[in-house]
Amino acid sequence: MAAIDTTVLKRPLGARIKDVAGKRAMLIVLLALIGLTGIVQPSFLNVGNIINVLMISSVYVILALGEGPILLTRGVDLSAGRVVGLAGCIAASMLQRVDYSSKVFPDLPAMPLWAPILLAVVAGILIGVLNGSIVAYLKVPPFITTLGTMVVVYGITSLYVDRPPHGATPIGGLRDDFTIISNGAIDISGDFRLPYILIIAVVIVLAMWVLLNYTRTGKNIYAIGANPDAATVSGVNVNKTLILVYVIAGALYGLAGSLQAARQGSATNNLGFTWELDAIAACVIGGVSTSGGIGTVGGIVTGVLILTFLNNALVILGVSVYWQQIFKGLIIVTAVAIDIRKYLKKR
Amino acid sequence: MSETSYVLEMQGIRKGFPGVQALDDVTLKVRPGTVHALMGENGAGKSTLMKCLFGMYQPDSGSIVLDGRERAFSNSQQALDAGISMIHQELHPIPYRSVMENLWLGRYPTRGVGPFRLVDHSKMLADTVALFDELQMDLDPKVWVTHLSVSKIQSLEIAKAVSYQSRIIIMDEPTSSLSETEVGHLFRIIRKLKADGVAIIYISHKMEEILQIADDVTIMRDGRQVGTYPAGELTTELIINRMVGRDLTHRFPPRSNVPGEVLMRVENYTSTNSKSFKDVSFELKRGEILGVSGLVGAQRTEVMEAIFGMRPIRQGQIFLNGKLRSIKHPIDAKRNKMALLTEERRTTGIFPILPVYENTLMAHWGHYVRAWGLLDLKKGEEDVQKGIRALRVKTPSSRALIQDLSGGNQQKIVLSRWLLTEPDILILDEPTRGIDVGAKFEIYTLIAALAERGKGIIMISSELPEILGMSDRIMVMCEGRMTGIVSGADATQEEIMHLSTQFMTQGTPNGSH
Repeated sequence: MAAIDTTVLKRPLGARIKDVAGKRAMLIVLLALIGLTGIVQPSFLNVGNIINVLMISSVYVILALGEGPILLTRGVDLSAGRVVGLAGCIAASMLQRVDYSSKVFPDLPAMPLWAPILLAVVAGILIGVLNGSIVAYLKVPPFITTLGTMVVVYGITSLYVDRPPHGATPIGGLRDDFTIISNGAIDISGDFRLPYILIIAVVIVLAMWVLLNYTRTGKNIYAIGANPDAATVSGVNVNKTLILVYVIAGALYGLAGSLQAARQGSATNNLGFTWELDAIAACVIGGVSTSGGIGTVGGIVTGVLILTFLNNALVILGVSVYWQQIFKGLIIVTAVAIDIRKYLKKR
Repeated sequence: MSETSYVLEMQGIRKGFPGVQALDDVTLKVRPGTVHALMGENGAGKSTLMKCLFGMYQPDSGSIVLDGRERAFSNSQQALDAGISMIHQELHPIPYRSVMENLWLGRYPTRGVGPFRLVDHSKMLADTVALFDELQMDLDPKVWVTHLSVSKIQSLEIAKAVSYQSRIIIMDEPTSSLSETEVGHLFRIIRKLKADGVAIIYISHKMEEILQIADDVTIMRDGRQVGTYPAGELTTELIINRMVGRDLTHRFPPRSNVPGEVLMRVENYTSTNSKSFKDVSFELKRGEILGVSGLVGAQRTEVMEAIFGMRPIRQGQIFLNGKLRSIKHPIDAKRNKMALLTEERRTTGIFPILPVYENTLMAHWGHYVRAWGLLDLKKGEEDVQKGIRALRVKTPSSRALIQDLSGGNQQKIVLSRWLLTEPDILILDEPTRGIDVGAKFEIYTLIAALAERGKGIIMISSELPEILGMSDRIMVMCEGRMTGIVSGADATQEEIMHLSTQFMTQGTPNGSH
């Protein structure tokens, strides 16, 4: 092995830079995006703006870290956005101010903060069990399974917020101790604040990083994505692992939904609509292969940051909303076209 | 045309794959209007040679002369256009399309004006009926191919090859799924084609067939051509002799394992699939190497996969150390200290896009779980390195992707994966397939060492010398049934060949694939 190591060292500098650039292409794209925008519009680099973008990214990171492992197992979860909506409505409905005029549950006593959030997470877990079991035991392709649950969950959420004869109404008047989770921060000095939601996101990132790299489940997830048949032969419990992946994702969507409701101070049955597409986009930009087995937590975080920073940069540069859509679409395809090069040459 | 004129001359063909020289200076000359048989053990290079001819592979060097003109095909379409068609060993029909659509795929008859053309279904049907009439085949042109039996699909492939009106038709194991009656029918078609001046290159393992239909026989061994002989001068013994032709004593390591008490007893294993295996019973002893021999379609892999819990059985029992066990999933098999090295390394063995590290530890993570469910990756790395050293795996590091290693090194990693679990029983399905000679010897040495340490080893192999050179006992299968268990020390190739083909003469249709 020593012999091989020297050959690596002897490689020309140019080739080595190219290697690193190939492996970290998306990180370079992110830094270039931030740097270029900062040159054109220095206010983009204000500490306040950066922290603001990181706060926006936090909910998406949690969501994408649910979707990512599913993609790693060759699956996909289209129900993610709708589960965010359900979870947000559940949490919001039980965390309205006592004196708010149109409460969903007028007679509900003030609940401890954690209980409704836990309930929202449990709802996400139940949908995860459903998705995972259908995929694992009934062998329905994940795309179809989650297409179905996506529609079903929207129906459930709408029923939940439906108040005949008024119909589905937004759930507002949320308690301050709830909304502060997603909007508050620890003041450190001047503009530099440490938002609570960012701390939550970082904890989730670390937890998922440990799960994927340092646990048996994580290794099995990559194995199933890389070669499900070989995983079965090696004695991996494929069905159990698949269900677990959808359950973890459901829990994360539940948390993301609660945080988003707190962030915007209200929830409707349309909360989270099409967010699964943003999550999938962030994952693939971050180098997760939709054919499974390839992808890292670092990549997924990078993918989310590229999307949110791009969005923010376009707003700050005064680009119209319609052009923003066009840019976003182009960068998804371009990013994957660049990223996929590193696997193509191997074949 | 003079006696020496050939429709096809392949000269000095070489083709190498990473770690293996698949073809080394092979020459093949085929006369028009004859059947030219190509024979050799698995891995001798027959299929590779034909893929070079058919444009699926490009030879590294050598020339292909067709009708006196040198040709190089970069894909099979060019070969088809030049008048060469091929019946592949593995059939790839499109299941949910009709027989006739499969038949004319890529060359549908059309009608219309200029670029505005539509598929002419009535002409397609008429052409199909005419073709089937000519070949006296009883196939419904409109039925979905998925509803056909394997032998009917093979007939369809034969009709397709004929429909190109080629001057050379390559038939790679065309009778592997045909009943005796159907083989007779195929031979009538072949004789008719011969009369029309078509040359047939015929690959088969079945000696009787070759001696019956072939005019010339080219024998290959280890990627080289042994020679070309008129079929009339050959006998089964001569063919086998020339196919094997090696001194067996130096190809295999000396063994000093001593079979002990019975480790596993399998009784009446019968598949839920009536076309698969039936009533298979055998014993495996501690420290024994049990060879499993048979032809393609003998259902050897299927039996072993069922024993390992990968396939359902209708009936049968398995006793490990005298105790009845239920094995319904590889997890159960692993718990009972069994290991399976599968036949298809790429599809069920390795995780191509994962590093050597994960590939080695994949069956053994439980061993490294520490507090909080976290894995001791350092301990894992030690074991991976131990495996790399013990099996002399050539890899830059444990982080290299396994897909970048040679076949032999990949196989060693998969073996290393199972050895970590310290199994009592190792089932090795074609353990040396696609591996170069040097690595083969290393794997044989390892197998012998494992047996000496008291492991029970089942080795499926299609290479007779390997079976004879490595086994204490040899179980022979034919058409899903056991036809005998013979002692490895005094069995002969003829004896095993005889057992392997025991039911073939009765023309049992066989639906394995």
